[in-house]
Amino acid sequence: MYEFEFEKPSTVAEAVAALADEDAQALGGGQTLIPTLKQRLAMPSKLVSLTGIPQLKEISDNDGVLTIGGAVTHAAVAEAAAGSYPALADLAGHIGDPAVRNRGTIGGSLANNDPAACYPAAALGSGATIVTNRREITADEYFQGLFETALEEGEIITAVRFPVPEKASYQKFLQPASRFALVGVFVAKYAAGVRVAVTGASEEGVFRWAEAEAALDADFAPGALDGLSVDAAGMIGDLHGTKEYRAHLAGVMAKRAVAAAR
Amino acid sequence: MPKDNGIGASPKRREDVRFLTGAGNYTDDINVNGQAHVHFLRADVAHATINSIDTSAAEAMPGVVKIFTGADFAEVGGIPCGWGVTDRHGNPQQEPRHPIIAHDTIRHVGEIVAAVVADTVEQARDAAEAIELDLTDKPVVVDMAAALAEDSAKVHEDLSSNLCYDWVFGNDDDDAVQAAFDSAAHVTTLELVNNRLVANPMEPRVAIGEYSRGTDEYTLHTTSQNPHVIRLLMCAFVLGLPEHKVRVVAPDVGGGFGSKIFHYAEEAFCTHAAKACGRPVKWTSTRSEAFISDAHGRDHVTKIELALDSNNNFTALRTNTMANMGAYLSTFATSVPSYLHGTLMAGNYKTPIVQVNVKTVFTNTVPVDAYRGAGRPEATYQLERVIDKAARELGVDPIALRRQNFITEFPYETPVALTYDTGDYVATMDKLEEIADVAGFAARRAESEKKGKLRGLGVNCYIEACGIAPSNIVGMLGARAGLYDAATVRVNATGSISVMVGAHAHGQGHETTFPQVVADMIGIDESMVDIVHGDTGRVPFGMGTYGSRSIAVCGSAMVRATEKIIAKAKKIAAHLMEASDADIELKDGQFTVAGTDKSVAWGDVCLTAYVPHNYPLEELEPGLEETAFYDPANFTYPAGAYACEVEVDPDTGKVTIERFSAADDFGNIINPMIVDGQVHGGLGQGIGQALLENAAYDEDGQLLSASYMDYAMPRADDVPFYQVDHSCQTPCTHNPLGVKGCGEAGAIGSPPAVVNAVIDALKSGGKNVTHIDMPLSPARVWAAMNG
Amino acid sequence: MAKVSMTVNGKAASGDVEGRTLLSSFLREELGLTGTHVGCDTSQCGACVVHVDGKAVKACTMLALEAEGAEVATIEGQANADGSLNTIQQAFQDHHGLQCGFCTPGMVMSAAALLKDNPKPSEAEIRDYLEGNLCRCTGYHNIVKAIMAASGQDVSSIAAE
Repeated sequence: MYEFEFEKPSTVAEAVAALADEDAQALGGGQTLIPTLKQRLAMPSKLVSLTGIPQLKEISDNDGVLTIGGAVTHAAVAEAAAGSYPALADLAGHIGDPAVRNRGTIGGSLANNDPAACYPAAALGSGATIVTNRREITADEYFQGLFETALEEGEIITAVRFPVPEKASYQKFLQPASRFALVGVFVAKYAAGVRVAVTGASEEGVFRWAEAEAALDADFAPGALDGLSVDAAGMIGDLHGTKEYRAHLAGVMAKRAVAAAR
Repeated sequence: MPKDNGIGASPKRREDVRFLTGAGNYTDDINVNGQAHVHFLRADVAHATINSIDTSAAEAMPGVVKIFTGADFAEVGGIPCGWGVTDRHGNPQQEPRHPIIAHDTIRHVGEIVAAVVADTVEQARDAAEAIELDLTDKPVVVDMAAALAEDSAKVHEDLSSNLCYDWVFGNDDDDAVQAAFDSAAHVTTLELVNNRLVANPMEPRVAIGEYSRGTDEYTLHTTSQNPHVIRLLMCAFVLGLPEHKVRVVAPDVGGGFGSKIFHYAEEAFCTHAAKACGRPVKWTSTRSEAFISDAHGRDHVTKIELALDSNNNFTALRTNTMANMGAYLSTFATSVPSYLHGTLMAGNYKTPIVQVNVKTVFTNTVPVDAYRGAGRPEATYQLERVIDKAARELGVDPIALRRQNFITEFPYETPVALTYDTGDYVATMDKLEEIADVAGFAARRAESEKKGKLRGLGVNCYIEACGIAPSNIVGMLGARAGLYDAATVRVNATGSISVMVGAHAHGQGHETTFPQVVADMIGIDESMVDIVHGDTGRVPFGMGTYGSRSIAVCGSAMVRATEKIIAKAKKIAAHLMEASDADIELKDGQFTVAGTDKSVAWGDVCLTAYVPHNYPLEELEPGLEETAFYDPANFTYPAGAYACEVEVDPDTGKVTIERFSAADDFGNIINPMIVDGQVHGGLGQGIGQALLENAAYDEDGQLLSASYMDYAMPRADDVPFYQVDHSCQTPCTHNPLGVKGCGEAGAIGSPPAVVNAVIDALKSGGKNVTHIDMPLSPARVWAAMNG
Repeated sequence: MAKVSMTVNGKAASGDVEGRTLLSSFLREELGLTGTHVGCDTSQCGACVVHVDGKAVKACTMLALEAEGAEVATIEGQANADGSLNTIQQAFQDHHGLQCGFCTPGMVMSAAALLKDNPKPSEAEIRDYLEGNLCRCTGYHNIVKAIMAASGQDVSSIAAE
């Protein structure tokens, strides 16, 4: 790693001030950032830890909306959401491994927007709102492609608001080495309609599968997806699976998610 | 009743307490006063000419002690290859120079281009980034078939081609072999890839070089399976140092699996640099570095043909293999696809004609060498796959086809130069069918089908040549070393014993098992015996641990040395009891005179040896210490039968191992608990090869699976509990313990069972897939099903 | 350089570290607690697992300064007060749950974290929990068995000792 300064503020305002320095970067749980730094793929002048800010660690459940602070760990979400939003709890409880879940945070995951990460599927599939120190961003606007988000310099995810669906499920097919999602599909059924978000598969990062949403709006059953498939063009093809395989898996995982939704 | 002491017992491992409490002493745990750290600048391109290296800016960076480039090692020898294979025309293998630091040409990603020694690792790394390289890219050779084409670019300009050797073994009369195929009732042909692997012991390699000006002595701490071999190779071939001035220590080593046999550039570098820098120099590999600097394993592409007569008897076998050597020849690289592979092609079967053809090939990739099993897994895989394919083509039961062709009489001389001294393949297959509950498979398949899963059963046999190796035989075959081993039994004055052994334990539990043998022979408590290993300064000599050789070769040396001790002790006892040597018996640590009630205790005899007041000094030297070197008369031949049951998810292609059973014949067994553990570990690696692991290069010579993000290691949820059994025991006939070795069997025997099972599962689902290359990833299985 | 203070295995520990100093480096190099091992650089092998404020974390993927004021537990502090092996350690020895020993500290620390939350885990739960702990020696058989035994479950029917 290159050397950097380290700060651990206790309020969002302090964090924002600390991030004003040139090349300062926010540090969530560090489960992606620290390995990246070890490879010397990034050279921040300063890391500003967000894990010491009490406000970012809050979880609340009001009127069918689950609000999770930006620095809440995956393990904490798995525990806290088990009753209110089991599909989200299940997703959080299967990110990485137990030690990673004890450090990794929802804000860190969404800010990084790895194309194979799980949380982007939950946020997009739930139509979540990403709350920052400056504004509120809908999930549909937030995800802008591979590792690209609507976040601006110095903007911190303070919370994520998840409308709780009638039923939902996340089904992940593991990449055998990294155990990230080779393909993960989040299906959520709301009164306003069904949302289907696919992660791991596309060269553009997480995306909504509109055709599947329409079919499931008409009939929320696995069979409604028969004959539907995502276009293999634009899917990721690599050592672990061709574009065609990922496109196929999106269909399989979507059906399984519908069947498992609760 | 299981024994609780001595040979055949399973005492708890004495090494465990330190490992379980964080008190192990691995090389990276060692820090030496005044040490500097080296960071190696490694090539990020696979093939290039080095026009110039400018280190001036880097040298001015904070903390930098010294920067080395290839020019600094131009006068130093290259890394030697320990085996010279003679090709089909009698020519020697092509053997390029293997520099410590690339001199004028880079030949693989990961090759050392410069070395920065600095006060801290991060300073060394900072400075390495300031080194300016002027490179001209050269054409990259990755694919073996392309590398052998006449118009291919060459990895080494000074060699005639990318062919290292073109070797034939077994029946070398092409016409006779062809005639056997022409007259066959059935011929089964299979083309397959034995996938390239990275050994991945959990402890990355580490080296610490020290030099004392006062005594002109060097010390190298290194993560090695064989410190004496490293000392010999480094002193004699690379650095030109006298061995008595160099001590090599391999303390606790966190796994090896072959990858820590070889002499690596980093070891020679740290030793050399310690003197050049006037400071100890330490290197700790990162995992990312390990992927591009540890020797890889396997990487064979094979066409195998099996001829059968009208009664389904095997009549001939012919193989054609290309084996990847990588860019340079690692220590044992050339022996692996030749004598460790070709000699095993008869397998457990009485096929009368066997011809093995191997071309070894240079490519712009990391050197390839032995990995757990080394050549024997490659032989087993192709043979057991082609037999399975033949059974399916002929519509016969794969187990019955194997049984029908088993070798049943021993000793048996194979057409590929080995003499199997003993074995019972029927017994291990019978045992396998029992522990695998083959009879219950149909019911389990029906249950899987109810869940929408395809279930398959795959079976295979294996045989390996272990206890490596008779020096005269391997010498004739090109080995440049003897492969005996040595042990010194030092009895202390009060009767406790230190045994200095040439074997090195890096997970095998020698500290527990070796004392079991000595204690059993003398009849004393195991706690009175310790072994010393892993230090050329404390152990007289030894060839180390690999090839399932520790107990069969070094253990035999230890037995011979203990026998000498007992013989001398009996003379002392005879003197004390005023009896004849011939009448002395030793049992339970007591010497007695046959037919009398006279006795003297082990401890009293030992004390007498060191306090020789009443002692036959005119006939016998005082003291009680004996050394033996043991050179095996033959290889040992562990063998067995393995069965795998899988479920395949037809929607995704995902394979789940539901059951895995292993029936092994290891001959006599010292410690059943440890033998089980060795088999478990081998199975984990074999299943890893079959389903998960793949060191894949792109056409530019970049390793695509260069970290655990892309190289799929088997994890706890990838494997089941295994059923293992080693109750079938045909003791080795030529070593004193009757032991065969057990370290590699699991890795050798398991991949074909997994693949055979998946093919069987797909067939049950109406998919007539004849072969899928490993690893059988979900994507590959799905593609095969939907191809 | 900045000063960091924490409690390690019940004792106060402090030192001067850089921003980039990892908790694993601090433990190994500053405190000499070399039982915490580093086996990879992508946060996957788990040889470095320690407990921070009671939770299992990968010490190679946490900055030392992030542990300011924390209670850290490492393999060196796991044995009983009289020096004897604790229940989990003893089960690993009894069931041959380790070979080369390199992954072992992380395995023991992960097992301890698992059993704290789930005192009687099933085989499947154990295998799932060990997703972030790689072992290359044992094929996992005896590790899983040892953890089941440490939780008081009868493992006598599981094949092979």
